[in-house]
Amino acid sequence: MTLAARLAAPGWWRALISQPIGFAVALGLTVGVRALYGYEPVFDWEAIVTVAMIALPLAFLVGIGCFDYWFRWASGARTVPEDHSGHGARSWKDYFKVNTDHKVIGIQYICTTFFFFIAGGLMAMVMRAELAQPGTQFVEPNTYNGLFSVHASLMIFLFIIPVFAGIANYVIPLMIGAPDMAFPRLNALSFWMLPTAGILMLASFFAEGGAFATGWTAYAPLSTETPLGQTFFNVAVQFAGASSIATALNFLVTIITMRAPGMTFWRMPLLVWANFTTSLLVVIATPFIAGSQFFVLFDRALGTHFFDPAGSGDVLMYQHVFWFYSHPAVYIMMLPGFGIVSEVISANARKPVFGYRMMAFSLMAIVVLGFTVWAHHMFVSGMFSWLRVPMMITTMLIAVPTGIKIFSWLATLWRGVIHLTTPMLFALGFITMFTLGGISGIMLAVIPVVIHVSDTYFVVAHIHYVLFGGSVFTIFAGIYHWFPKMTGRMYDEGLGKVHFWLSFVFFNLTFGPMHFVGIDGMPRRVADYAESFATLNVIISVSSFVFGLSFLVFLYNIITSWRNGPKAAANPWRAHTLEWQVSSPPPIFNFDEVPTVVGGPYEYGVPGAVHGVFKEKKGAAVPAGAGGAPPPSE
Amino acid sequence: MPRVKGHPLARMITYSLIAAVLGTVAVLLLDWFPVEASTAAGSIDRLYDVLLIASVPIFVLVMAVAIYSVIKFRARPGDLGDGAPIHGNTRLEILWVTVPFIMVTTLAVYGWLVLDDLEAKEPNTLVVEVRAQQFAWRFTYPGEGGLKANQLVLPKDRPVEFRVTTNDVVHDFWVPQFRLKTDTVPGLTTKLRVTPSRLGRYDVVCAELCGIGHSTMRQAVRVVPQSEYSSWAANARKQQKTVGGETPTEPENPGKQ
Repeated sequence: MTLAARLAAPGWWRALISQPIGFAVALGLTVGVRALYGYEPVFDWEAIVTVAMIALPLAFLVGIGCFDYWFRWASGARTVPEDHSGHGARSWKDYFKVNTDHKVIGIQYICTTFFFFIAGGLMAMVMRAELAQPGTQFVEPNTYNGLFSVHASLMIFLFIIPVFAGIANYVIPLMIGAPDMAFPRLNALSFWMLPTAGILMLASFFAEGGAFATGWTAYAPLSTETPLGQTFFNVAVQFAGASSIATALNFLVTIITMRAPGMTFWRMPLLVWANFTTSLLVVIATPFIAGSQFFVLFDRALGTHFFDPAGSGDVLMYQHVFWFYSHPAVYIMMLPGFGIVSEVISANARKPVFGYRMMAFSLMAIVVLGFTVWAHHMFVSGMFSWLRVPMMITTMLIAVPTGIKIFSWLATLWRGVIHLTTPMLFALGFITMFTLGGISGIMLAVIPVVIHVSDTYFVVAHIHYVLFGGSVFTIFAGIYHWFPKMTGRMYDEGLGKVHFWLSFVFFNLTFGPMHFVGIDGMPRRVADYAESFATLNVIISVSSFVFGLSFLVFLYNIITSWRNGPKAAANPWRAHTLEWQVSSPPPIFNFDEVPTVVGGPYEYGVPGAVHGVFKEKKGAAVPAGAGGAPPPSE
Repeated sequence: MPRVKGHPLARMITYSLIAAVLGTVAVLLLDWFPVEASTAAGSIDRLYDVLLIASVPIFVLVMAVAIYSVIKFRARPGDLGDGAPIHGNTRLEILWVTVPFIMVTTLAVYGWLVLDDLEAKEPNTLVVEVRAQQFAWRFTYPGEGGLKANQLVLPKDRPVEFRVTTNDVVHDFWVPQFRLKTDTVPGLTTKLRVTPSRLGRYDVVCAELCGIGHSTMRQAVRVVPQSEYSSWAANARKQQKTVGGETPTEPENPGKQ
């Protein structure tokens, strides 16, 4: 390819030259506007960087090729016949381009998010090194504050929320018998917005004054007054939020309109229900965090007074708007995991999910109730005191639909034929750890108790029990469960079990003691603490190091198995759902023939029951009780 | 010995009951909280005990069913069969909706009653103004002629109303031994009612991230007998008049700790 051709075609070369062009635009815009308004100095570096951090990612997205088709269509130029060369992966290079295949995008999501998981995890290791002893040993307080802020932001916006989107992206079209998502190009754009958000967050460490250091919650007016690093967070959240919203729209349309014939809503697998309800949460709630961060950005950059009491601003308004998203966000971070657990448990216990309809209804109840509890994050904030008791009541009520799910999964195990594969171990670990997290959550709902433990390590314990023991355990379960489908190879079951047991034990040793130091009076977000907390903190820190190392077992297993693992059958788990009825990995357009769904997705134990059939292919779908390759050794 | 049907189930239930009782007793015996130094601490600590009593059996139930299932229903090697095709059980589902609903409702009502009790107005209240700034606390006693202090000195057994403000950002005024806390909000005055009930020296800590000095924003609070408080206040006022500045951090008679 000639250089000119390389630069004109979508891809990394064009993305590279887009950066100086984007910077020039940002520079020109900022300097021009400041000159017109007569602001001194006309060349203000902070102002230029603020505009550049919006322009450069957009320029990158244009350069890499996310907008080519739309720009061409909008310009009225003649359409280019689609040769599907941008669809599907034929070599590893396809994973580094704009690709419209949901399977490619799913893997792009998963690999990218795990990169940010590692980055955020390393930050946690530095934090725990600092907290091993009272006093300051390794990092300055400002750096420490930056570490926990970026750690949480990466974990929430660049790992948990998007990795579930990635797993769903891969699995759901297959599960509903569709050839792809409803909007494949929008899907590609959604993915590419994600690394821009992550790079912005990491780049904040290089800003003058250091990384944003106000927590992932970024309360005003602290966040309106801190140095430039904060602006990186304000903008990064917009890209991550846009990515999330676009994906959710895609899922909603796909699930509503592209299900295979015969797949009524009541014959959908629960993973599809889970992502459907999560997508409702995303589209309704995410604009609120975008709004809250725009308000902060405008106070910082445009001289508005949203959170300045002297300018008729309202400090508490930030918290209400922020938490109106951020509470539903925790359900965005959990509901897809609930779906994964239903899939893994039914396949590995060889039983229908107990109470399937109530499982679907409880997802919907959590969505509705999830919008009514945000102020339980604000019990001690000084907000209207009458709001506290109603919020306590709605918060405690959410335990009911959540309890329905836990009890239903337990009932699914009952009288099953249980195979303790690695995904099943993580699903079981999830049930027990999420129960503990839910119990500490009930305690945090009771106002007199939460007044004491608010903003202490008790809260840190709770969030990690529900987010790690909860969400991340389900993520591991999902990755192991669909690994053979995605890569065509089987992971090493022995290493999987080692990963599980190391994680489970050291997770509890790390986060369990935090309940105690929190109730005993240790606040959160502190680089230093009183002597009396020293013993438990060193235990927590040492456990956390082993916990961090346990992840290496997972990485090693995934990487070596992907390259050299034994080839996987189409259906190693002998499951009924549609994704297992095609090869591992699936053909580029998923189904050579669209299946017809004739029954429920989990009819194990029912003689002759099938979920989907291929009318023309001989030997239909796997009926209940049939053989097939035995599952990996347990 | 004939094999009794359901016997393993009876064993599971027995072990679970024993585990629930032992577990509950164990967590109740643990010393979770710092020392009780306010009248609120007692109700809050008891409320937490009730939550523990409600929680441990639930956790034991979940663990017991999971462990029992994994042992009893484990697939034998080479077993490629399916489990029993149980889709649901309406009575059971009604049970596990209504019982949790009753439990959470009861706990919510109990919590509400405790909250109202904690926040009730009391006679003979001492008003103390707390001003938070990055990164220190300043105390003013309007009832002592506007006495300003760096150290918080409070008389035992007298209800205090803290009126909390801030110069700059959101902080949080908290004495763990008193249990109660409130954020400081620019543009608002937030209030906290506490009755210190135990002599001693404790720490005021900041419990809301407020910047670089957040973890160092700790100052002393001393709860002293009423007579000692009165003499401290009187001396401090005299000193403030003559010196014309803030009071020293130590009172004239260090006395009991």
